[in-house]
Amino acid sequence: MIQTATLDKLKAAFAGLAVSEFRSQTRVVAPLASAAALMAYLKKDGGFDLLVDVTCVDYLNFRDAKDRFGLVYLLASTVTNERLTVRIFVNEPDLTVPSVTSLWAGANWLEREVYDMFGISFAGHPDLRRILMPFEFDAFPLRKDYPMQGRGERHNFPVLTRGRS
Amino acid sequence: MPLEPATFAAEQEDAQDYVWSLNFGPQHPATHTTLRLVLKLDGERVIDAIPDIGYLHSGFEKIGEHLNYNQYVTVTDRMNYISPMANNVAWHGAVENLLGLEIPPRCKYIRTIVAELARISDHLLCNGAVGLDVGAFTYFLYAFNRREDIYNIFESLCGARFTNSYTRVGGVMRDANPQFVDLVRKFVQTFPKTLDDMDRLLNRNRIFIDRTKGVGVFSKEAATNTSCTGPIARASGVTRDLRKDEPYLAYADFDFQVCCATAGDCFARYLVRNAEMRESLKIVAQAIENLPGGPVNVDIGERTAIPTKQAVYSTIEGCISHFELTMSNRGFVVPNEECYSAIESPNGELGFYLVGDGSEVAYRARCRPPSFIHFSVFPQLIRGHTLSDVVAVLGSLNIIAAELDR
Amino acid sequence: MAIELPENVVVSKLDELASWCRKNSLWPMPFATACCGIELMATGASRHDLARFGAEVFRFSPRQCDLMIVAGRVVMKMLPVLQRIWGQMNEPKWCISMGACASTGGVFDTYSVVQGIDRFIPVDMYVPGCPPRPEQLIQAIIDLQDKIQAEGTIMGDEFNLPSRQMKKRALVELPVLPSLPPGFIPQLRR
Repeated sequence: MIQTATLDKLKAAFAGLAVSEFRSQTRVVAPLASAAALMAYLKKDGGFDLLVDVTCVDYLNFRDAKDRFGLVYLLASTVTNERLTVRIFVNEPDLTVPSVTSLWAGANWLEREVYDMFGISFAGHPDLRRILMPFEFDAFPLRKDYPMQGRGERHNFPVLTRGRS
Repeated sequence: MPLEPATFAAEQEDAQDYVWSLNFGPQHPATHTTLRLVLKLDGERVIDAIPDIGYLHSGFEKIGEHLNYNQYVTVTDRMNYISPMANNVAWHGAVENLLGLEIPPRCKYIRTIVAELARISDHLLCNGAVGLDVGAFTYFLYAFNRREDIYNIFESLCGARFTNSYTRVGGVMRDANPQFVDLVRKFVQTFPKTLDDMDRLLNRNRIFIDRTKGVGVFSKEAATNTSCTGPIARASGVTRDLRKDEPYLAYADFDFQVCCATAGDCFARYLVRNAEMRESLKIVAQAIENLPGGPVNVDIGERTAIPTKQAVYSTIEGCISHFELTMSNRGFVVPNEECYSAIESPNGELGFYLVGDGSEVAYRARCRPPSFIHFSVFPQLIRGHTLSDVVAVLGSLNIIAAELDR
Repeated sequence: MAIELPENVVVSKLDELASWCRKNSLWPMPFATACCGIELMATGASRHDLARFGAEVFRFSPRQCDLMIVAGRVVMKMLPVLQRIWGQMNEPKWCISMGACASTGGVFDTYSVVQGIDRFIPVDMYVPGCPPRPEQLIQAIIDLQDKIQAEGTIMGDEFNLPSRQMKKRALVELPVLPSLPPGFIPQLRR
């Protein structure tokens, strides 16, 4: 749900954006080079003051996928009640994306979670470290090549019996 | 256990020797299940609080890539486990949005009723836990007693008190029966008196007000900038409520108000939740009186909801639909698309970002967790307050560890 | 309550008395992590009252408790915490593993959830359910009380028996899986 006026202004400001719509939700695919400028524009001139979510999708096993990781930014405006989805595609080996923490403070933990689960680094993030997995964990769990049952990390602990406790 | 203060990127070891670190959690009576805070204290004043989470991270989103849409609803129950019905409604609302399915009016009303009962249940526990942490044990017991009534209602509807898994794609597991309607009516009649009793206990209680007023103040701009939604944002002045702004299910048919406050402190959050309970009761009262008749699952032609046994045995469409749904290499077709759909859960905006890949199993099921985002604002709320306020603020934010960590 | 006794003194009635005292005043230490924690709180609340069985004092300090109720799934980040708290409790102590997740991992067969705390902690009583009803937890406490009465000794040496010291079949460390070939994604049967 985005107003036509906002969308036209956005398309005029940034040429080369792929805009699509599905179930009345507007999605915009931004190239990585103009990502930072687009986010700043959306926050200041677009009026999207609420960052709803930052997440990532690993398209490794997806049919007809061209890029491996797709970052998804869900934005909303509390004033005009619009929503917009911005997608940025990144590929290995260069998994770095500009951080939006300076625009929306709520992105701090959301980007840390994307880093923890997928391994995507955010340039300019004040404190990029693991948040959900233990700090010494070395894999990225939500990638498609990591098995659901893990690689044996979950049972690698000492055993306490009655004699030893 | 790992995690010395030096591993935090935050600050160096303080030069003053009267600043000390206190480890709060993950096993502590006042942490609402497993979260950890490393508090830097100057005597009793909190200088900084460094949250450390992940002690309940169970890989919900990874499971979402292996279970089909009807199986995953059992897992969504275990996210915000105080109001599991709201999570079920959110999940299947997202799936039906992806499929472009329109559910019948009776289903919408029933889902609205259970979602609002879940909201009442969640706010009862949240306020009860705030009372318990601050020292009001009777308030907590009152709240839990009324939650047992709500559990009885859910049990009459679907057989489970707590982790219900009630919704299915295209409908619900079982239609509402007259016993459910009677129980809801009785609850609607008797609940206001309990709310009045509970208000009499705490609303003008000197101790409670001193412990929660002015504590953990959160401004309106900070609330939106840090992505907070729900009662926490509404207590700071943000008037966003998805039930009114983007009406889903049957909320457009009902007359209720959005509860907001301007103070932004713990007491305001407590009052907003109290007021929301009364509004939810109004919605349930209106819904249960106007419950429409008709089918509760979508039409057989949509090929998503399992048809009734009578339809399966007596009509050809029912037989074909049943075959299509239960044979393992068939099932309903999902578009190769992605979409996001959110509801106003008791904690805030609970949404699911679904990526469909044509099969009955989601390619990616991302849950947008309100508790995760609300816990990130905890350090800025607690700076400058005392150690005893940590508990009050933590309770008022309603952090559910399973939704925090997923 | 361990008393030094000379070898030719029999204490059978004293054993029964001590066990009766211990079983009727079990102080639970709630290690509530997830949804089972809410049912644990409901069991302690006024409708299903756990206090009538003596388990009134839900003290969260391991030094003061003798029954650890692990309610909810235990994640590998939380397991060292669980072991540390179990180690801090004083003998005699018992453990109830409440719910499917604490007993076997439950619905969460994932990379981070421990598939049963009895792999790493000695467990005395398992309560099935997801979550178990409060009545089931009360039944588990009653059964544990029967176990304490039947096996308890005043010197606490029921825990020194060889049968208790042996590693149970579940208490065996599993080998770390060899690294999987790249591109191999194990799929669950649906």
